[in-house]
Amino acid sequence: MESVIFEERQNQVHRKGKQPFDLACNKDSLAGAVSQRACVFCGSRVVLYPIADALHLVHGPIGCAAYTWDIRGALSSGPELHRLSFSTDLQERDVIFGGEKKLYRALKELIERHHPKAAFVYSTCIVGLIGDDLEGVCKKAGKKTGIPVLPVQSEGFKGNKRAGYHAACQAMFRLVGTGDTTGISKKSLNILGDFNLAGEIWIIRDYFKRMGIEVVANITGDGRVGDLQRAHGAALNVVQCSGATMDLALMMEEVYGIPHVRVSYFGVEDMAESLYTVARFFDDPKVMERTRKLVRDELAGLYPRLQEFRRALTGKKAAIYVGGAFKAFSLVKAFRLLGMEVVLVGSQTGTPQDYQELHDITDEGTIIVDDSNPLELSSFLKEKDVDIFVGGVKERPIAYKLGVGFCDHNHERKEALEGFVGMLNFAQEVYNTVMSPVWQFVPRKAGVRGQWSVASNQ
Amino acid sequence: MLLRHTPKEVKERTALTINPAKTCQPIGAMYAALGIHGCLPHSHGSQGCYAYHRSTLTRHYKEPVMAATSSFTEGASVFGGQANLLQAINNIFSVYEPEVIAVHTTCLSETIGDDIPQIIAKARDEGKIPPGRHVIHANTPSYVGSHVTGFANMVKGMVDYLAKSNGHKENRVNLIPGYVEPCDMEEIKRLAGELGVPHIMFPDTSNVLNAPQTGRYHMFPPGGVTVEELALAGSSVGTVALGRMASGPAARALDTKCKVPCEILDLPIGLKATDAFIDTLRQIAGVTVPDSINIERGRLVDVITDMHQYFFGRKVALAGDPDQLISLTQFLVDLDMWPIHIVTGTPGKKFETRIKEITKDVPHPVNVRATGDMFLLHQWLKSEPVDLLMGNTYLKYIARDEDIPLVRFGFPILDRVGHSYFPTVGYRGGLRLLEKILDAILDRQDRDAPEESFELVM
Repeated sequence: MESVIFEERQNQVHRKGKQPFDLACNKDSLAGAVSQRACVFCGSRVVLYPIADALHLVHGPIGCAAYTWDIRGALSSGPELHRLSFSTDLQERDVIFGGEKKLYRALKELIERHHPKAAFVYSTCIVGLIGDDLEGVCKKAGKKTGIPVLPVQSEGFKGNKRAGYHAACQAMFRLVGTGDTTGISKKSLNILGDFNLAGEIWIIRDYFKRMGIEVVANITGDGRVGDLQRAHGAALNVVQCSGATMDLALMMEEVYGIPHVRVSYFGVEDMAESLYTVARFFDDPKVMERTRKLVRDELAGLYPRLQEFRRALTGKKAAIYVGGAFKAFSLVKAFRLLGMEVVLVGSQTGTPQDYQELHDITDEGTIIVDDSNPLELSSFLKEKDVDIFVGGVKERPIAYKLGVGFCDHNHERKEALEGFVGMLNFAQEVYNTVMSPVWQFVPRKAGVRGQWSVASNQ
Repeated sequence: MLLRHTPKEVKERTALTINPAKTCQPIGAMYAALGIHGCLPHSHGSQGCYAYHRSTLTRHYKEPVMAATSSFTEGASVFGGQANLLQAINNIFSVYEPEVIAVHTTCLSETIGDDIPQIIAKARDEGKIPPGRHVIHANTPSYVGSHVTGFANMVKGMVDYLAKSNGHKENRVNLIPGYVEPCDMEEIKRLAGELGVPHIMFPDTSNVLNAPQTGRYHMFPPGGVTVEELALAGSSVGTVALGRMASGPAARALDTKCKVPCEILDLPIGLKATDAFIDTLRQIAGVTVPDSINIERGRLVDVITDMHQYFFGRKVALAGDPDQLISLTQFLVDLDMWPIHIVTGTPGKKFETRIKEITKDVPHPVNVRATGDMFLLHQWLKSEPVDLLMGNTYLKYIARDEDIPLVRFGFPILDRVGHSYFPTVGYRGGLRLLEKILDAILDRQDRDAPEESFELVM
């Protein structure tokens, strides 16, 4: 069992028990390890991508644009320009002679044709190396076309996704403060760190509307450039998702004095607490009353139905491996609400504080892991004999090969998992996969020793 | 209308690729390397590259995809990636214990100028490569060629590093299958088996990326060509390479290195190309074609005969990879269909010449472009609509906007299953293609037929 963990990684895996908690994290991945992490560019791209009326141009060889073409189910209620793939498709001669002229021509052509409200230009590894002056070209193109053209310094090798989130926040911050804030209510906020997967931000916006609070900007799900430009007129930043948009909230706090609160829209407890946190901030009895009513109304229909799922799922075991650790807190609580036990929890990019909190809320014996890999994950899943694994695209087939249920809590979720209704969707999804009749055919589960039934070609 | 941004008028673009019909070299190299038994592909670059390749391959195959990375950081990008690769090789052999590590480069390591053979030699000198284990490599800069080139380069790498001549020829043919699906590789082997031709196939991803559910997770699935077989390939009587672009370089390298003569053929998709493949195998091995294959061929011809009234004059637009498109275009022409718009993103003027030659008798102007993209294809379609689209999943945007039926064919297919289980090569594969084409055309005819001419028998 221990043999699947690199010696250098021993301190990035912890089993909750008697020994003191001291998990190493925030480390560069070991060269040669099959890490599930991605790069800076990936981080920037996933954060900015949902801004639907902006142009997103990838300055680099074709791969970076091809792999990020419409891969995130971030829904837009209007423009769809963000779902196209634009690339300068750098060739060998560009790498030798530089890609600045090409970039300028590409920007000019695209802006003239599509009239976007702003343009984001993503730097990739190669651009960082050949030293194209992204800032300069963007400035020139902005001047020529009259729209904000924003460089995103997202060279892949500069770190992991967290560095990419930071670069994205810096690019967005250049838009903030450039719009007219006239008419924005004193009871207003920006939603940060929600990407409108499966239409989730629409659910959350509706809640705030029912509380009597104006939403100024969605950052970034179903996002608009104009809203970002006037986001500094909001009274509060409500931040979900640990890494992605916190930097922007901090910058806005420093420069515009806008306070922020951290929230999570996953699970009943966290969803309700998030709304109350916002209500308390505005310190208005009417808002608080409306919030109480909202939570009451939503829960009334929800609890009886959740109880049904709970009866079926009690005692089942869950494993969680997600990008950012913050999401894992809510998942642990949500599984508890369903009567389930979380036996493994980990993330690609958690911080020491994140892991301490995870340690505090999990049960004895739970495995806590940072920057894991398929071999480790599969051995933990088997050891703990889990019924469901929650993760992203690269984790799904590992679960299925082992004959374990799976729920995508990442870009490929098809049902809204946020909000009160999201908890019900989540319960339904967990139930469907855990109780699927397919598992009776899995050799391991059926008590038959799983054997390759197909001879290899040797 | 997701693609409402596409204008009808075509303007030459020199700086910009929109909605690419290709991706970058490393993913092809990774796919090829997975066709070696017990091989761990290794991406010598930053973490994002391999994360994207693994995700894309996982979305296409719905299988776990294992690979490692050198995890470049800023330091490695300045001082070179030698330390990272040496450490990676050491870590990989000590924990994952593969038979082979197949290193491919990225735009980053290529531009820095890392000398991979020198680093591999150093690893060997320092004892980091255990006896009997191998490290091979291919240069796959992302700013040259496409995923097809990357595949070709890695297959050539297998020859360069592992093929050996033992001084005499043995009665056996090498089969290089091209950048095709695992089931296509299986089908090509089956056909060779029917003919009674002893063979070695490389690469061979069958039983790697279409492996059965067993309840167990295998880091190295049972399929793939073994190192021993690759060595023996140098002593075969001949090589049949399928697909000029994907398989040609390896076949020629084997001829040069071990004096194994080669025949480079089109991918055996459709009647004529499969005929050529069978005939070539027959001649090299000195065998007669068995009845079983004649029956398969006869069935394909029979179905074409039965349904030929539905094929005549149907206009088709195609996007994909050169080797596939050449054979498919020939097949469509043989069916009396009119392939009139054909794009690949992969550079190469020979492709355009070849397609023009194949379509010279089509009674309609034909548009063909290498280094094209799906935006261009869409523009062509707006001027001259078609009855059918064939290509990868990304064509679904055009299919929806223009209301044209789509037959999914090629790489990647992210939204359907079947492509990794049901071959499109050989006579049986031809039958499957026919079924898909007819289903698409006739379903559409049923959908659109006025009540009075809605027909039961077709």
